[in-house]
Amino acid sequence: MPFTTENFILNIGPAHPSTHGVFRIKATMDGEVIVDVEPVFGYLHRGVEKLCEERTYAGILPLTDRLDYVSAMNNNLAYCLAVEKLAGIPVPERASYIRVIMSELQRIASHLIATGAFLNDCGAFMTPLLYMLREREKILDLFEMASGQRLTYNYMRIGGVSQDLPDEFLPALKDLIAQLPVYIDEYDRLIKDNEILLSRSKGVGILPLKLAVNCAISGPVLRASGLKWDLRKADPYSLYERFDFEIPTGTQGDCYDRYRVRVEEMRQSVRILQQAVKGIPSGSTRTEVPRILRPLPGDVYRRIESPRGELGFYLVSDGSIAPYRCHVRAPSLINLTALKEMLKGWKIADIIIIFGSIDVCMGEVDR
Amino acid sequence: MTKVLEPSAIAAKIKQTLPDSRVNAESGYLLVEPAALTSVLTYLKTTPGLEFDYLSMLTAVDYWDYFELVYVLDSLSLNQIMTVKTRLQGRVDLWAPSVVSIYQTADYQERETFETLGIRFSGHPDLRPFLLWEGFQGNPLRKDYL
Amino acid sequence: MEITPGNQSELIHLEQDTFEGLEIERLKKASQATFSDPVEWMEGVPKGLLLTTVDAVLGWARKSSMWPAVCFPACCAFEFITAEASRWDLSRFGMEIVRASPRQADLMITAGTLTWKMAPQIKRIYDQMADPKWVIAMGSCAISGGIFASSYNVVPGYNHLFPVDVYVPGCPPRPEALIYGIQMLHKKIMQESARRKV
Repeated sequence: MPFTTENFILNIGPAHPSTHGVFRIKATMDGEVIVDVEPVFGYLHRGVEKLCEERTYAGILPLTDRLDYVSAMNNNLAYCLAVEKLAGIPVPERASYIRVIMSELQRIASHLIATGAFLNDCGAFMTPLLYMLREREKILDLFEMASGQRLTYNYMRIGGVSQDLPDEFLPALKDLIAQLPVYIDEYDRLIKDNEILLSRSKGVGILPLKLAVNCAISGPVLRASGLKWDLRKADPYSLYERFDFEIPTGTQGDCYDRYRVRVEEMRQSVRILQQAVKGIPSGSTRTEVPRILRPLPGDVYRRIESPRGELGFYLVSDGSIAPYRCHVRAPSLINLTALKEMLKGWKIADIIIIFGSIDVCMGEVDR
Repeated sequence: MTKVLEPSAIAAKIKQTLPDSRVNAESGYLLVEPAALTSVLTYLKTTPGLEFDYLSMLTAVDYWDYFELVYVLDSLSLNQIMTVKTRLQGRVDLWAPSVVSIYQTADYQERETFETLGIRFSGHPDLRPFLLWEGFQGNPLRKDYL
Repeated sequence: MEITPGNQSELIHLEQDTFEGLEIERLKKASQATFSDPVEWMEGVPKGLLLTTVDAVLGWARKSSMWPAVCFPACCAFEFITAEASRWDLSRFGMEIVRASPRQADLMITAGTLTWKMAPQIKRIYDQMADPKWVIAMGSCAISGGIFASSYNVVPGYNHLFPVDVYVPGCPPRPEALIYGIQMLHKKIMQESARRKV
């Protein structure tokens, strides 16, 4: 008697505890093995690009915070750099150093969430996440000292930062920099050689380098596949060329490599912070810029290295008070281009792990 | 530092190799006819010395009389960047060639441009609404969408 | 389009997408007005009504371990996660378990912006929760659409879909503000049970 099988479409999400936000995957499965994957986006599409056309250049800053809400300082920075290039506004040196400090602190906070959530998905239920959140609270205390907010800061302004650092910020930052390497080593030692983590993530979800470049993947995912490409070194912005740090890379491009790259990046960020704290000059923190800015007609594309990859803003100005077009090049969306190839052939339990290791923020994917 | 390539030298080279493509070097970008887009981009990707193998960004802008597609190309090995633009006249029934066969990253970005601005890409494997639902009326990022 | 074994899954996807699109349009047309907020519970227990011990025990049992359902669209979700972590511990209220299945949950903390595309899913989760159930609207986007209110895809507040009990303002609200909102809900539950006829 002939024995036939049929493929089965399984719907995962959008309200799912492990999908890092509202994300839906329609997986066509042959038993437990994935044959095809169709991701569905748009459940958080808030129309930010259309809203940008109604607001002034300075009024778009709060909207940019909410794009990649886990690393809001980097979004602010990318937008401010784009407008400063468009209008030709110089930034004082002290403001650039403060921007670097905030950017690197935000990178550590974002990678803490990324690794904590990844380990949570691997099966270590809640323990790594709670440990990582403990350190993130200390960083958020510093942010609250400087800007008054914990999650969506709106701290940077066109031409600098909104206000100078309070007096108690730098001593508190020095204390934190002394403690952070100890904590990062502690987490690393606890989980790095764990059998379950190794067997669940080593060799799983391999992304070949050629495919990664063709899909324009960026950030830790590209570095884990073996290419040493970091925009802080390749196309430095905001005085990053003065800081000395290394770019960690992986060899295979599997989930374990992505996890290791993020942990090493946290250590390099601490190194940058040490240099920034030692060398921060005194001076003004903001160039005088008219409140309603009217740049000359033209367009600009400016990109930075955010914790998730290459975050870019494409701004078109026609000389009026609002941008004519504002497009956000979201790293999380572009990094998901290779999702189909990364998931084919793996089992249903690996979907969550591979997706978690790409480290996506849905606010950015859907904008 | 990433080098921003001057388009005039490249335009001259392209006119030599692909005589049918009408390219113009404007200030800061290379303007290409839509019909010649795929051949120009393939040339930019495969020629040694240019090697633009990374498509950083693909988007479109609605200037009332025409739509302008913007491609920002990046070369990781040589660390240089370049912008290519193409224009589609009119507002209805817009067609542009799809570059998915050259750069796979154009898949999602072309779908998004189709849905928000109404530009169809011929040769795209799966042109469907992406961020909005099937049956949504209108193209939100057009200037005449209220 | 001819149905072959090759394009069968494509047809299933297209049919599903069209059906979902129709569902979203239908919900959008039906949700133009908001549900009204009952405010008489804030005036305290009315005079002339005795609070029996059964009512008190029932109210205490209901408020002591409300389990939230999964509803985490956007940024406020991170303040909810931080409220649940070790610094502002939510398990002292019995709420640390977030139930993925709405049948086992009785509280929906709506942490994030609601879009019309997501609206049928959230309505379905709310409908699947068993009575008694409560809703806390967390953040400006949940109360009125917030900073995105004029966008084409954003629902101006969760109270267009179902009635909301407590509104916690902020963008995002601090964990302490969320806990204050939860305590207000506890007060409401104690007084609600006093009013119930059965």
